[in-house]
This record gives sequence, C-alpha cells and structure tokens, in this order.
Amino acid sequence: MTPRIRFENVWMTYGDQVVLERLNLTVAPGEFCTIVGASGCGKTTLLRLLLGEETPSRGRILLDGEPLPAEPGPDRGIVFQRYSVFPHLSVLGNVLLGLELRASPVTGRLLGAARRNAQEEAVAMLEAVGLGQALSKYPTQLSGGMQQRLALAQSLVMHPRILLLDEPFGALDPGIRRDMHELVLRLWRENNLTVFMVTHDIREGFYLGTRLLVFDKLRYDPDEPQAYGAGITYDLPIGQADSETLAAVLGRPGAAASDRPPAPGLQR
Amino acid sequence: MKRLINQRPGRVSTAALALLPFVVLALFYMFASDARLAENPNDKLLPSFSTLAESFVRLTTEPSQRTGEILLWQDTEASLRRLAQGVGISAAIGLIVGVALGAIPLIRSGFAPFVAVLSLIPPMAVLPVLFIVFGLGEVSKVVLIVVGITPFIVRDLQQRVQELPRELIIKAQTLGANSWQIVLRVILPQVVPRLIDAVRLSLGTAWLFLISAEAIAATEGLGYRIFLVRRYLAMDVILPYVVWITLLAYLTDFLLKQTSRRAFPWYHTGEPGR
Repeated sequence: MTPRIRFENVWMTYGDQVVLERLNLTVAPGEFCTIVGASGCGKTTLLRLLLGEETPSRGRILLDGEPLPAEPGPDRGIVFQRYSVFPHLSVLGNVLLGLELRASPVTGRLLGAARRNAQEEAVAMLEAVGLGQALSKYPTQLSGGMQQRLALAQSLVMHPRILLLDEPFGALDPGIRRDMHELVLRLWRENNLTVFMVTHDIREGFYLGTRLLVFDKLRYDPDEPQAYGAGITYDLPIGQADSETLAAVLGRPGAAASDRPPAPGLQR
Repeated sequence: MKRLINQRPGRVSTAALALLPFVVLALFYMFASDARLAENPNDKLLPSFSTLAESFVRLTTEPSQRTGEILLWQDTEASLRRLAQGVGISAAIGLIVGVALGAIPLIRSGFAPFVAVLSLIPPMAVLPVLFIVFGLGEVSKVVLIVVGITPFIVRDLQQRVQELPRELIIKAQTLGANSWQIVLRVILPQVVPRLIDAVRLSLGTAWLFLISAEAIAATEGLGYRIFLVRRYLAMDVILPYVVWITLLAYLTDFLLKQTSRRAFPWYHTGEPGR
C-alpha cells in the first residue's frame, strides 16, 4: 500500500539555523500521529511543511506517492488553536463555506436545490460534532470548545486526506478537553482519517492516537545551538508506550512537559 | 473610597456629565454676549441667543429675495451632495485598492510605496491644479475630497486586510478556495465593517476639504455661505451654520455607526457597553 505521507530525508533551515534535519517518516492511511516535543523543536514547522506553507530546504515529501503541493489545499484540513473559524459567518455558514467554494468557483455561493443539498450535508456534520442546536449563531457567541468543534466540522465536511491539528485543545479547560478527545477519536474512527496532531501535553499524546512522535535535537552543540536541527527521537506505537518509555521520554532534557511527573493511569 | 479609575457614573449622572460641557459653553457665551451687547446694542460679534434663533428661523423658512430659494436648504443640499459623492467614490476606491494591496503581495510590492508617496501630497496644494483641470464647477470640489481622503482609506484598509489572522487565509485554502474566492468570501465581508470605521474617521477631513473648496470657488453650499457673509461680520448667520454643519456631521457619523451595528452584528460583539 502507498503510504499516505512519506518524508524522505527532509531538512528545514532558515539561514544558518537548522530546524529539522534528516527527517524520514512514513505514515500509513488511517494512522493517528501525535507529535510532542519542546518549544522550538520543529513540531509546528513539520505541520507547516505538511500544509504546504513551507517547502523543505532539502529532501521531499510525498502525499499518496505524489509530491506534496507547495501550497495549502483541500486535501489537507487544519484546525488551529485559535482563529480557525470565520467570525463573519454563522455556524452553518462556516461549514457550508467549503462546499460552496468547491461547487462555485466564481461566486463562491450556492443557490436553490444545490444549496439545500449542501445544507443537509453541513447540518449532518454539525450534528455529528454536537452543534446541531447552534446553526445560526456566530462564532463569537460560542464557547472555546464549541468553536473547536465547529472548526473540526468545517474541515471534515471536505473529507480531507489528512487532518492536521495544531494544539487544537491547548486553550480549553481540562473537562472540555476530555470531551474533545472523545470527539476526535470518534470522528477519526468513523471517517477513517489520517491525523497529525501537535500537542504540548504529552499525556494527551500518549492517550490519543496510534503513534507518538517525539521531536528533539539529535545532536547538540552548546556553543552553537542553532547548528543542529531536531528530528524524531522516539517513534512509538501507542500500545508499546509503557511506563519505562514514558519516563525515558519525560526524563530527556528539553523534552516536553519534563517538569511534570507522569500521571497515574496513563500507562497501558 | 474607591480609586478614581474604578468609579463609574450611573445612568443619570452619565447623561448629566455629558450635558455639562455644553451647558457651560452656552452659559459662557450668554454672559459674554450680554456683556458686549450691554456696552453696544449694535455689536455684531456675539449676537444674543434670540437673534441667533430669529436668524435661524429666517434662514430655514424665508426664500432668498435674489433666487427665491430657501438658502439653508439649498446650501445643505449642495454640500451634502458633494460630500456624499466624494466620500462614496473614496470609499469605493479605498475598498478595491486597499483589498488588492492587502491581499495580493505582487500588487503590494508594486504599488504600496507609490500609494505611500501619493498620500503625502498636501491636497490643498493641488487644489489649483484641480481648478485648472476640472474647472470651477462641481467636479473639482468632489475631486478635492477624493484626493484628500482616499489615501487614508486605502492605507487603512490595506492594514486591516493584512491584520486578518493568517490562520483564516490558510483555512480558506484548505477548504479549496482560489484567490478570488478568498477575496470575495473571506476578506471582503470582513473588511466592509472596517471600511465603515475608516469612513467615519475620515468624515471630519472630508468636511474640511469640502468647506475649503466651497470657500474658494462656489455659488452655493454651506462653506460658500459662511465665507460670503464673513465680509459683513454676519455672525448671526455664521454661528447657526457652524452648529448646523456640526449637527450634520454628528448625524452622519451616528447613522454609519448604527448601520454597521445592524448589518454586521458579529463585528460588534464584545464592544464596551453592549
């Protein structure tokens, strides 16, 4: 089977600062990768590469065997931590937008029966994320968790080949965050998605998904910290992430959330 | 006792505080006017409130002996028409050029420095050019307003477009939008309320250029009238006209604000006092 995503010896440099080096990664369709690592370790750069916002300085990225387009497109959905939904559109309008843009290149709007069909599809998607009662509200009238539900619905209605999540739950309360985890796992299973999720919360990384990628510097020069970039230091199938591995990941200097002891009940 | 910065007036005292400066100004004028009129009943500089009211009634009800028109309405209509045309054209240019500069890097690289230089030309300095090119009629006055406020609106809108979160533009692309669709469905609807803000801010300047143009060459208009009667020291005409112009400016601003709130409720959520 062709891998959904393949990084072939990808380097990312800005001037003489190396952000990512020698990155090789193969991700099969249907995998749910969570990406953790210290700030400045290239997690967000990886996401920007996948989006097409950045192009690799060296190496190449393949999407289903084809070179990844060099700009964002409808095959890759994204949910950011903030500003993921359009403030000037209602909840329904936000989800409808992608369907309208796809069907109507000039006006970006649908009319009549085509609009009703699209509306039905959008409403079904909104009901799946639990926003069936808020169709005519504007995003500013929604709580943070509901806004992120809307952002998920907006992306998923396009049936992207990859869903990218950039710390999507970082600004939410713990209780809401748990609900969102349930939702994301359910949507992932039901829609057979391939997911890349960047998170600061390593426990979230261990809990969600099928595969944990830990980013950190592979080499380190104290006199010239920018000389070496980050790579994948741990690539763990979630089933094998036992307490020892978790401790090892957490114990690494510079690893994410290293100040926090592993929570009980986390190890599987 | 709370700190001064934490003391907020109630509803009644808010209204009273808002009125206070107006009342003080009116009282001050009244005493000054009384004092001057007591010394010289023919003083023209500070006419009494009753004289002002009489003259306002005369201006709004009696037809002019020369033209048969009621001067204040005639002047108001002429001025508002010029103002609406000038501001309307500026807003249209501002929206199109501002969005183009803000949204498309190739256009920005080509034209933003040019617009920046254009905006530094003092509009009054080119007024003679406008009179020479467009004649002394309506066009030159409208063009002066356009020259005066368009650069500000263009640059403000360009700024507002560039301030839209990068995430929204990326998100639109992941929904399959092409450049035109992004402008049409994402950028334009979000900057129209910001255009109204920019127009509100530039209205004062628009009036300034309108009255300047009318003062120099016109046969009707609020600015023309003020400058015409200046040579007779007719403060009883000038002062009501100034109050009237101020009232018109205030009403225009108020209407724009209300329109924006009605038409773009999402833009105004989270404003203080709502």
